[in-house]
Amino acid sequence: MPAEGGCDAPSHSGAALLFAGGDGAHRVAASEVEMSQNHARGERAKLEVCGVAKRFPAAGAAAGGPWVEALAGVSMSVAEHEFVTLLGPSGCGKSTLCNIVAGLFRPDAGTVRLDGALIDGTRGRVAYMQQKDLLLPWRTVLGNATLGLEVQGVDRAVARAEARDLLREFGLEGFEAAYPAALSGGMRQRVALVRTLLCRREMLVLDEPFGALDAMTRAAMQEYLLRLRSEFHRTVLFITHDVEEAVLLSDRIYVLTDRPGRVRAVRRAPEPGPRRATDPEVVRLKAEILDLLRGVPAGAD
Amino acid sequence: MSALSPRQIAKTTLGAARARGARPGRLLRRAGAWWRQAAPPAGLIAVLIAGWEWAVRAFGVPPYILPPPSQIAAVLIADRAILLGDATVTLAEVLLGFAVAFVVGVALALAIVSSRTVERAVYPLVIASQTVPVFAIAPLLIVWFGYGMASKVAMAALIVFFPIVVNTVDGLRAADEDLVNLLRILGAGRRRILLTIRIPAALPFVFSGVRIAVATSVIGAVIGEWVGATRGLGFDMIHANAQLHIDRVFAAIVYLSVMALALFGAVSALEWAALPWRREGTR
Repeated sequence: MPAEGGCDAPSHSGAALLFAGGDGAHRVAASEVEMSQNHARGERAKLEVCGVAKRFPAAGAAAGGPWVEALAGVSMSVAEHEFVTLLGPSGCGKSTLCNIVAGLFRPDAGTVRLDGALIDGTRGRVAYMQQKDLLLPWRTVLGNATLGLEVQGVDRAVARAEARDLLREFGLEGFEAAYPAALSGGMRQRVALVRTLLCRREMLVLDEPFGALDAMTRAAMQEYLLRLRSEFHRTVLFITHDVEEAVLLSDRIYVLTDRPGRVRAVRRAPEPGPRRATDPEVVRLKAEILDLLRGVPAGAD
Repeated sequence: MSALSPRQIAKTTLGAARARGARPGRLLRRAGAWWRQAAPPAGLIAVLIAGWEWAVRAFGVPPYILPPPSQIAAVLIADRAILLGDATVTLAEVLLGFAVAFVVGVALALAIVSSRTVERAVYPLVIASQTVPVFAIAPLLIVWFGYGMASKVAMAALIVFFPIVVNTVDGLRAADEDLVNLLRILGAGRRRILLTIRIPAALPFVFSGVRIAVATSVIGAVIGEWVGATRGLGFDMIHANAQLHIDRVFAAIVYLSVMALALFGAVSALEWAALPWRREGTR
């Protein structure tokens, strides 16, 4: 495997191939991983994940006891300004991968690079948003929004001015002084989105940010999300288990297997620009991805 | 995808949140709610006092056993200068003792939470110290700190110390670990996590510890005064008791109760002011 294909450590890409080389479906996955990396090379990869593996001690297990394998050699990449979705069943290690990219854990094997620099327990390089809004209940909307800038040591007045602007953009004008407890779920999640954007990071990692919202609110939030790229020029790694959400939002979709998570397939979304759930291309891709998730080999039909 | 604009979404959610917020007549409603809460216990107290007055008169109980409330009220008025002076002394002891315990207790709690070694060495001792009855060492405190205020301050501080330490430790540990992780991912260090997450999360716990502590610290000061003092409400009680001036003992008790209630109220008011996000209206 060529070194410039994203995985510059041969042993790791070897491991990825090893994991992927079991049966037909997985071999397809491996070639698609390479394809996507070739693609990423053209547009300069922002984030490169190479053969990342991670396991945790099983619940209640003694040290050195049984392990739960969360990720088994995941390789993927996100090009600059690309919107890439990781799609997989619950518990397939999507969040673990996010936590590794965010620097919360270190991978057991493999590497993660952002703009070519290694992320190995390095925090503060990406902006990270989770399913829980994680707003500080004792801070107002404004105080929550400025949290990232505050940690970065940005002047308070500057941070507040920036936050006010962005809160207005996201329809939260007039709520700057409200406490999170007074807000609806959708509003809280928008505050979290503003906080994430205000970290001033080009790379956003969004781990099922709308998982806890109702369908209506969710649709509205997706529109906000699309603006992240069109207006704010961010690169997005998006996690979801909702196939339709993935197809509507992404440029490319990585379909992960059940635990331990590995890449089963990569799919490119129809075409850039707004899509509707009823577009034939969208419907076709949805069906294909659902098959993939059910374990039907790619191209079997 | 639906064609809802950000502004439209904002409007609908805005309306919902406003409806829950400030409304005219809210203060009036709050006063009404307060009265509904306060009326039953106030009524009960009035009935009990009236019953007491009646029983003492009806059964001819001598005033050196149980004086009627009216006589206690008379003493409260007649001896108000002395009582007020003694109450000031006791209050000063309580507040000083409380302040000492608060500063030392919170500092110790922070040390326990931030260092495993300190925790292992100190925390078991803090808990074990609760098995030593503080009242039993009151005579020792008099020997060590004298008949003046210092021994009572020490007494009040010792009693209050434990609830403050335990509640603060619990509070500092109660922080949502996901919030702590959020700060870590943002690149925050331990100090910032402490200031931004752990301490604010601990405040409600600290306040509930303080609310218990402040009332018990009054007990501490009074017991200190019983054992040996030259001033204070406890000193007053011992003397009045020895002379069978039971009405004066009761008058001192009234002062002590009012003092404890006022302190409790002050802490609650402080909590209300310090934790705006916990108020009913923001829910």
